[in-house]
Amino acid sequence: MREFKVTPIRNGTVIDHIDCGMALKVLRIIGMRNGSNVQSPVSVLMHVPSHKDGWKDVVKVEDRELDPREVDKIALIAPKATINIIREFNVAEKYNVKMPERVVGKARCSNPNCITNQNEPVEPEFVVESKNPPVLRCIYCDRQVDDIAENLL
Amino acid sequence: MPIGHPKSQIRTRGFNHESMNFKGMDIVSIRDLSQEQIEHVLEYSEKMIPYARGDAGMKPLDGKILATLFFEPSTRTRMSFESAMMRLGGSITDLGIPSMSSISKGESLADTIRMVEVYSDIIVIRHPREGAARLAARFSSKPVINAGDGAGQHPTQTLLDLFTIKRIKKDFDKLKVVMVGDLKYGRTAHSLAEALASFGVELTFVAPSTLQMPKETVKQVEKAGCKPKLTNHLEETIADADVLYVTRIQKERFPDLAEYQKVAGTYRVDRKLLREAKSDLIVMHPLPRVDEIDPEVDTTQHAKYFEQAFNGVPVRMALLNLVLGGEL
Repeated sequence: MREFKVTPIRNGTVIDHIDCGMALKVLRIIGMRNGSNVQSPVSVLMHVPSHKDGWKDVVKVEDRELDPREVDKIALIAPKATINIIREFNVAEKYNVKMPERVVGKARCSNPNCITNQNEPVEPEFVVESKNPPVLRCIYCDRQVDDIAENLL
Repeated sequence: MPIGHPKSQIRTRGFNHESMNFKGMDIVSIRDLSQEQIEHVLEYSEKMIPYARGDAGMKPLDGKILATLFFEPSTRTRMSFESAMMRLGGSITDLGIPSMSSISKGESLADTIRMVEVYSDIIVIRHPREGAARLAARFSSKPVINAGDGAGQHPTQTLLDLFTIKRIKKDFDKLKVVMVGDLKYGRTAHSLAEALASFGVELTFVAPSTLQMPKETVKQVEKAGCKPKLTNHLEETIADADVLYVTRIQKERFPDLAEYQKVAGTYRVDRKLLREAKSDLIVMHPLPRVDEIDPEVDTTQHAKYFEQAFNGVPVRMALLNLVLGGEL
């Protein structure tokens, strides 16, 4: 297998084993959008060989560790992802993202007529029907979420 | 639980598959009830028939108040709930026309429910948005019964449909049920199909391709062990059907009027069609009908839709009494 032509990072986070094609959506979750105030390099590798699954995407974010809410959201679109916290070029922590049994306040219901899309004092809440591929069902209107990545809050 | 505090988790109060204890339970979706519980409600509804007709009197819910919140127009559901509560000796308080109440001032449904629950013992709600009844149940410490949420659930309609079939046909096993009309948007069609499949009937879905049963419902039906037939030809299905369940193509559920006009009036049940049917075929319809059943069918032995509408009273009496713990 060929070496990746991306240099190791000194401090930061490597999000590995992202489902192929989902890297840009992961970037959105961690706040890398047009106009965001990013002061450190971010590297994106798309469609690279994986020992486990054939192909994968990888995102490296320098000088930043993800907060648990961001990790929970990544689990919803890349359930096989691993989070590697890098400190002084070493992997200080490594863990798999975890898909919970219930998802609360992290995505909106894709049914525009769902009561949770009105001005009601509730957070959208979903039962996880399948972890891989992720399938969420709204506990209010009972519909499946069509495109989780597009409906993340 | 203190008044006005949302429940921390969605749950069904008093939900207990083992004991048949319905007291305090929310009835939001037909899936909130196990098959045994559905059977129990159907048996209990049978006992309510003489009281629903006014042939006998009783007051197990004397002093109890039912709050009716209809954010969408309703005739049968509203009247049969009101009639059911009154036949049980209870009283009714009504939200009134939403445009004339605090809702028009922009009050959230959650706040409306917090207010209504302190004035009543049980809440019946119909709302144009899916999930509204589940939200109401979350904010109310009193039991909530869903009387239809948008294109979502309408569990009491499902129960009265099941009751009507059971009363006439005695048994569900191997019955051939044909469902025709708007199977996509019709909220009664989805939950009825799922419930019937779990009772072992054979299902046929007749609809134009744009209004056919949603894939998700077909999947649920298949999970229950039923292999439904999907077609758009009603004539082909009529000869060996035991139950013909007709639904209205609902103009109000179409996002696009042009789409509605393409399919309106696709199916019409008339005497000519029924000539091919078995003599004991029953024709059902949740009503209101527009032109999908010719009025000439009303006087045939097949027409059971008015009996079905009456059955809303004993079934809703059964539910109200079970949920409020009234003694018979």
